Amino acid sequence: MRVQPSGFRSNLLKASLAVLLAAGAVVAGPALAEVKGLEIIAPASPGGGWDQHARTLQQVLQNQKLASGIQVANIPGAGGTIGLAQFVTAKKRTPVVLVGGQIMLGAIVTNKSAVTLDQVAPLARLTGEYTAIVVPTDSPIRSFGDLLQKFKADPGSVSWGGGSAGGSDQILAGLIAKAVGVDPAKVNYVATAGGGELLASALGGHVTLGMGGYNEFAPQFQAGKLRAIAVSSPQRLPGTDTPTLKEQGVDLEFVNWRGVFAQASAKPAERKELEEAVAKVVASDEWKEILKQRGWIDQYQPADQFGAFLKEERSRIEGTLKEIGLVQ
Amino acid sequence: MDTLAALGHGFLVALTPYNLLWSAIGVTVGTAVGVLPGIGPALTVALLLPVTYHLEPTSAFIMFAGIYYGAMYGGSTTSILLNAPGESGSIVTAIDGHAMARQGRGAQALATAAIGSFVAGTIATVALTFVAPLMVKMALLFGPAEYFALMVLALTTVTAVLGDSLARGLGSLFLGLALGLVGIDMQTGQARLAFGVPELLDGIDTVVVAVGLFAVGETLYVASRFRFETEEIYALKGSKWMSREDWSRSWKPWLRGTLLGFPIGALPAGGSEIPTFLSYLVEKRLAKRPEEFGHGAIEAVAGPEAANNASAAGVLAPLLSLGLPTSATAAIMLAAFQQYGLQPGPTLFDSNPELVWGMIASLYIGNVLLLLLNLPLVGLWVKLLLIPRPWLYAGILVFSTLGAYTLNNNVVDLVILWVIGLVGFGMRVLNVPVAPCVVGLILGPLAEQQFRRALAISQGDASVFVTHPISAALLAVAVLLVAGPMVLRHRQRMAEKAAEKAAANKAAGRSGTTPAL
Repeated sequence: MRVQPSGFRSNLLKASLAVLLAAGAVVAGPALAEVKGLEIIAPASPGGGWDQHARTLQQVLQNQKLASGIQVANIPGAGGTIGLAQFVTAKKRTPVVLVGGQIMLGAIVTNKSAVTLDQVAPLARLTGEYTAIVVPTDSPIRSFGDLLQKFKADPGSVSWGGGSAGGSDQILAGLIAKAVGVDPAKVNYVATAGGGELLASALGGHVTLGMGGYNEFAPQFQAGKLRAIAVSSPQRLPGTDTPTLKEQGVDLEFVNWRGVFAQASAKPAERKELEEAVAKVVASDEWKEILKQRGWIDQYQPADQFGAFLKEERSRIEGTLKEIGLVQ
Repeated sequence: MDTLAALGHGFLVALTPYNLLWSAIGVTVGTAVGVLPGIGPALTVALLLPVTYHLEPTSAFIMFAGIYYGAMYGGSTTSILLNAPGESGSIVTAIDGHAMARQGRGAQALATAAIGSFVAGTIATVALTFVAPLMVKMALLFGPAEYFALMVLALTTVTAVLGDSLARGLGSLFLGLALGLVGIDMQTGQARLAFGVPELLDGIDTVVVAVGLFAVGETLYVASRFRFETEEIYALKGSKWMSREDWSRSWKPWLRGTLLGFPIGALPAGGSEIPTFLSYLVEKRLAKRPEEFGHGAIEAVAGPEAANNASAAGVLAPLLSLGLPTSATAAIMLAAFQQYGLQPGPTLFDSNPELVWGMIASLYIGNVLLLLLNLPLVGLWVKLLLIPRPWLYAGILVFSTLGAYTLNNNVVDLVILWVIGLVGFGMRVLNVPVAPCVVGLILGPLAEQQFRRALAISQGDASVFVTHPISAALLAVAVLLVAGPMVLRHRQRMAEKAAEKAAANKAAGRSGTTPAL
């Protein structure tokens, strides 16, 4: 025999639930804004920048009680476009966000990706890294001026070592060439897997110069093995005396940013909730502390600003890739 | 002497019961992830990073080092028993290791792998302690031209695995080279042979191909023959201990493998596969019975297994002395250093001697713990082979499929695994060796990238390969390795012919004289 709950009983249940909820709201306050069962997709292998951002977001969201049951999923491949494609098409019952960055923009065009960032909703720009141009300490090139002289005289004689083809470093190399009046298609760019491989070819003097995040090279500057001849930031980085590109006559700013996106299909309320959670993350001391440790620079932009920034960034990157000749 | 004092202090740090416990946890977890398909040490350390946030950095790194070394030990287990290499460093092990297992010598294969790993790990750790800075200085001399020459040298390994038919062996090699072309070309960012499938843009994973060719292909083949032929029995035959002969055939390959593995591991683009290939080649060339290679030669397990463990220690040399991450695991360890606010790089030895030396000391201890953990496990692992054939093979298929999926969480990898598995089945039916295919797949793309990089830097001047001394020397060795045996064989044939002729003459002379008698 089944017992049907009487109308009275179910009403009582609802009422008591409502009271409980109200009480909870009063007592716990902001804890109610907790995002449940959040999934963070890192479209890269464990260990890289996107993965580290995903895991740091997970850690801070959890510790600040902004979300619970958070999972990080790695979907590596093709400059993040595999993860992006799965993110766009995924149908989930719980909220899901995607970590991404500048490299994705280039990868979308060079890989002729079927999905683009038009199909996701920007949540926030999080951090950025400025690019340093480095030479071995014993290189005959002592300054950015020396480099430009060599580059203008014979563009092919300067080999630019950097990360993957069509990635941030090659785009910056193209932008610099254009700014100093050399055909970007003439840049002799040597793509590496980045990280250790790039560092080794810069240290060993196998390429004329190396390009990469300032912090990746910082220990080598201190040890006197590499010298930074330019940095792509608007002003000199705090605590360093590396001159900016702007100071040296190249009117260019370039930041390798990373951000987080929501699904375009997410309901406005859910999107709002996620935006608020991320805003609280970046305001927390824990986040600031981690940024300091990792050498990431706070480049937070809320959703609307980030969206506008993305539009501009896309046209700049797509234009440069065409000029370099990587995209027709 | 300073180094010894510092190392001694490191041992004091690592031998505290608390840190010893973390080392034990690390090696156990490491062995487990080495055995499990699809989970590598990089992912494990990445997963553990947030958990270890509140741990002492020294203890955390002692654990990470244990995981790293442990995974290298565990990787050979599935190669030998199931013919399913879990990571690219143990692909070569599968060739003869699994053949040994089928002959009932799985225990000896596992033992020589474990002891060889211990010997190599310990010697390489000693090298890491004393000559790391020197090693790294040499490593930096390697530019694209030198790497290309090294890849060419490693490619000569193919001559050791070609099998009886040159045409079939080369066919297999070219299939591997073609598979290696799939994906985005690194220098231009253009897709090749991807046929519009985005999942192919990053190329085909070598582990998926190796597992497909070796494990899936083999299983399908056995299944197809099972009904007509009596199954071969291959649990444990005789003693599970290594015989005197096993020892005497193993110790030299261990040492030679170490000698190859450590320096190549220290190269920023060296990796763990190349020393295993070279070790296989060297052992086959030096072996008294080279015909046993491919059919369960213990040298072919001992050498490559030592080489991949030594290369694991080699990877730590540039990481600790320069802050240069040269493998996925090294990259995530670098991230871990940063999490603790430590400055990895040239200054780490001075700024955090306790941590660095504690970690190096823990590598010695971890090696001992791993041997203590793995030798008794050998007896347990070989019991796996007692499972009735159909179940075991079904298990291998499940295990391989699971492993291929968890590598990238990608269904396309499963399709690749099964297509390659069918190809592997076909190759077995047609008696085409599968090993050259894997060699081509791994080395082809590496060689191509370095070749094009070298030419880009030299602006198209191909003479860089012979004007750079290291590159020229490596290429010369490669030519010798290929041409040497050919010349020898030719001479031998000439000598045989001469001998035949002499014998024939003699016989003729005799036959001529016999009637006169």
